[in-house]
Amino acid sequence: MTWEIVIGLEVHTQLSTNTKIFSGASTAFGAEPNTQADAVSLALPGVLPVLNCGAVERAIKFGLATGAHIAPRSVFARKNYFYPDLPKGYQISQMDLPVVGQGALTIQVEPLSGNAKPYEKVVRITRAHLEEDAGKSVHGSSQGVTGIDLNRAGTPLLEIVSEPDMRSAAEAIAYAKALHTLVKWIGICDGNMQEGSFRCDVNVSVRKPGQPFGTRREIKNLNSFKFMQQAIDYEVQWQIDTIENGGKVQQATVLFNPDTGETRSMRSKEDAHDYRYFPDPDLLPLEISEAWKAEVRATMPELPQAKQHRYVNELGLSAYDASLLTSSREMADFFEAALSAVPSQAKICANWLIGEVSAQLNRDGLDMAQCPITAQQLGGMLLRIADGTISNSGAKEVFRTLWAEGGEADAIIEAKGLKQVSDSGAIEALVDEIIAANADKVAEYRSGKDKLFGFFVGLAMKASKGKANPAQLNEILKQKLAG
Amino acid sequence: MSLTTDDVKKVARLARLAMSEQEILSAQAQLNNIFDLIAEMQAVDTTGITPMSHAQDVVQRLRADVVTESDQRELFQSIAPQVEAGLYLVPQVIE
Repeated sequence: MTWEIVIGLEVHTQLSTNTKIFSGASTAFGAEPNTQADAVSLALPGVLPVLNCGAVERAIKFGLATGAHIAPRSVFARKNYFYPDLPKGYQISQMDLPVVGQGALTIQVEPLSGNAKPYEKVVRITRAHLEEDAGKSVHGSSQGVTGIDLNRAGTPLLEIVSEPDMRSAAEAIAYAKALHTLVKWIGICDGNMQEGSFRCDVNVSVRKPGQPFGTRREIKNLNSFKFMQQAIDYEVQWQIDTIENGGKVQQATVLFNPDTGETRSMRSKEDAHDYRYFPDPDLLPLEISEAWKAEVRATMPELPQAKQHRYVNELGLSAYDASLLTSSREMADFFEAALSAVPSQAKICANWLIGEVSAQLNRDGLDMAQCPITAQQLGGMLLRIADGTISNSGAKEVFRTLWAEGGEADAIIEAKGLKQVSDSGAIEALVDEIIAANADKVAEYRSGKDKLFGFFVGLAMKASKGKANPAQLNEILKQKLAG
Repeated sequence: MSLTTDDVKKVARLARLAMSEQEILSAQAQLNNIFDLIAEMQAVDTTGITPMSHAQDVVQRLRADVVTESDQRELFQSIAPQVEAGLYLVPQVIE
């Protein structure tokens, strides 16, 4: 009997506000240490937190995007623990009454192995709450001391907690990616994982199907999807081995070491989870009115999932293509702008974006926002594919030129003589010549050597300098060879 | 509910308070008095009443998301026991 993997995620997203959650200090990344650590970030005596409207607004956006309950009244609490990068001795967070309640995210899962087909799954989101980030500890600059940079202290975070609904590493990654896409899409987080704007804690346990949940271990602070996959794979195997060898999994927090590919238990800190939460007397309850929600709703873009449905139902694309086209807002915007040049050719447009454009971006190490060709340029080329002016190989030539030199499809087609010959008279004449010059091969073909067809296509294409419309050429050739 | 001296020691440790045996005993008595008061309050029927999270019945005012603070690192670090390269230094912390 096989093991079932159970995974839940807690994701810390740094909200893209200009200032901290409880003070007017800047949150810009990369500033000199402590130059953005104001009196509130430093927890100097007598300071009071004042809640940032922009942070709340972003939480509302997230709630709306996941169909979640947005609390008309939520409460901030103190989470007490001692660490030098937390000068107050407590983190302001939310406990009993978070700003965003139960919601859900629909994900497209691409199985990592075998021939399994992509499928759709709904992951429930338990809650999302506002809290402040801690500062940064810098180890090893001098012997016996730790340096503290409090620039990050007080940066607003939305912690998004999922139900343990995921059953494989592939599902966990798909959820994390979908969430990453969503928070960038609705503009609440820049999604920069290297700078720590999107950090994942992954809770993993294993059980026999139908049994109650096993004991979980929490893998902390994963900041890449690749590491997440490696960490989950290692952790799952470790737990299964432990149990099958007669051991027991103890609840623990573990860290993933990318160099060894292993997860390692953090020294279990006694009392580490005794945070003694209580409502923060410095902050009043946060009220969110229906009117405010309506105001925010009016600013929301069409969401990835709604677009996916529209692409499938109205444009006839596959669910898989639709999910790739909505992998970022830039991609979807590009697709829709290019499609406006060839509204009836959604499939061709999708193929070019998912195929050549994405591959070329990849090769050049660019993302969609840096794409050297515009949607209008691509649309101009698609139009000429759609109306038969250029063949697929001609289109590739046009695309290469657009990419490297810019310009406009029609001018490139003209300059390079890429217009394909669709004049059946011209093609017929060409085919007649070839048949006349290759009487022996024609006889062989007619006596049943079907494979020779390709030989004739090759000759004809060559004679047309690659410009003959392939479909037309095939048809005429077939007719003439049949005699 | 009433606290044992072990409970008091645990709370003291969590709050990083060093307490003598004598202090623990007096804190135990004080804390238990508080718990008695809580027990009295918990006996009141509060069915249907929304719990308050703050003594004042008003709501949070919000601040516009605009930078209002400037860099005062030099001033703040002038009272720090030890700084280096802009960092506040503390005794080494090992994860």
